[in-house]
Amino acid sequence: MAIRERLSGNEAMAVAMRQINPDVVAAFPITPSTEIPQYFSQFVANGEVDTEFVAVESEHSAMSACIGAAAAGGRAMTATSANGLALMWEMLYIAASSRLPITMACVNRALSGPINIHNDHSDSMGARDSGWIQLYSENNQEAYDNFIQALRIGEHDDIMLPVMVCQDGFITSHAVENIELLEDDKVKSFIGEYEPDHYMLNSKEPIGVGPLDLPAYYFEHKRQQAEAMKNSKKIILEVAREFEKLTGRKYDLFEEYKLNDAEIALVIINSTAGTAKTVVDKLRANGVKAGLLKIRVFRPFPAEEIANALKHIKALAVMDKAESFSAVGGPLFAEIKSTLYGTADGIKIVNYIYGLGGRDVKADDIETVYSQLSDISKTGNIGETYRYIGVRQ
Amino acid sequence: MRNKNTKPMTPDVKWKEITPGGMIFDAGNAEDFKTGDWRAMKPIWIIEKCTQCMLCPPTCPDMSIPVKDSKRLDYDYDHCKGCGVCVEVCPFDAITFVKEED
Ligand code: SF4
Ligand code: SF4
Repeated sequence: MAIRERLSGNEAMAVAMRQINPDVVAAFPITPSTEIPQYFSQFVANGEVDTEFVAVESEHSAMSACIGAAAAGGRAMTATSANGLALMWEMLYIAASSRLPITMACVNRALSGPINIHNDHSDSMGARDSGWIQLYSENNQEAYDNFIQALRIGEHDDIMLPVMVCQDGFITSHAVENIELLEDDKVKSFIGEYEPDHYMLNSKEPIGVGPLDLPAYYFEHKRQQAEAMKNSKKIILEVAREFEKLTGRKYDLFEEYKLNDAEIALVIINSTAGTAKTVVDKLRANGVKAGLLKIRVFRPFPAEEIANALKHIKALAVMDKAESFSAVGGPLFAEIKSTLYGTADGIKIVNYIYGLGGRDVKADDIETVYSQLSDISKTGNIGETYRYIGVRQ
Repeated sequence: MRNKNTKPMTPDVKWKEITPGGMIFDAGNAEDFKTGDWRAMKPIWIIEKCTQCMLCPPTCPDMSIPVKDSKRLDYDYDHCKGCGVCVEVCPFDAITFVKEED
């Protein structure tokens, strides 16, 4: 029997960490992810886990400590947000290229400046090409479920990559909701023991990790790393199926909500999907064929599957909770557009930047987007593709 | 790291065979890396002047002055980078420093 609880998104991730009982957690507090290491350090103090908790002096050190721990052969984890993630930047790449399956709780927050502690996706979107697998979560339940699945994905023989599990700062990290937890022993048996074949603490096999990699080798390593990212799509689905057997909760590369017969649709990430689903229901009640596609896996990017799911849509809005300053649209827009190019060219596609720095996104805003999509669908006139919703004009 | 490729890497290794992340399995492999071709200047040992005072071997940063039975031998030119430290150290002018020929 699953355990019914009421937890915030941060508590849910901290509980997942406790159930996983990793070898090392190294973290530095930063709003809104602070609670995760805070709750976890209580579990350590209470003797509920036997994790080595490293209270580091910066996020750069947190990631460095995780890299050291993972290279030594341990399960290593951290949690961070915004500028904390930015300070890890250098080490994010080193973790991924050294093929160390570290798990991170990334509680999405706007990247400074100007300084802002509220939610958008500029932090993890900036890290999208660092070689980490990225899973996104609409609510506390998904944050918890994704976090448990992340270990199995990252540690898989064919993958060996770090995984970042993202959820929206404050909106889900601090909102208490109902949640179903697995029993501790079920989590333990699902994740299994981590037994790396090669690790630095093995005195019988001396190894070197992270060496100088000059032009004769670096390219081959990058090619191999790219292959691991390609392989991960299959493994993410395998792990999801196994997780579904255990919990009854179904996960995929993305979620389709009333998308099958939809004519207008959104592509969206994290908590605003919840708001948008309410709007879809309302529009459907009025006979509008609205739907949405919620991204769960952003890295690897499930291009083929997305193109297939969207190919019948007439007008599509890609919702970006991050600017990319490319001057042509947000990061998700670029991915979706290139995904549809040559595969579903007939779709009228526009981009909306929304909710930056924690700007409230209300059902009305989403309704406005759908009604603009209806207009585009009817008239065929696309107009400006790089749009904003919720900014004072 | 789980990975079955534990062979030493050579410059013809293909991407599928290379060790993930560049992990190195053969300890002491610096010997395989011939750094002698970095040399612009070359130390020459003048055996007749050498007193075997043993000042030069420990100063070489590349361990390129082999020692056997408490006596130095001729240079290991596969690894000597031509830094010139041994030339400076020798009190008996038993080492000259010449331009590396192509
Ligand atoms: S020149 Fe430098 S590297 Fe070469 S033998 Fe002398 S000390 Fe060693
Ligand atoms: S320092 Fe000069 S004299 Fe002494 S061992 Fe070396 S080459 Fe010979």
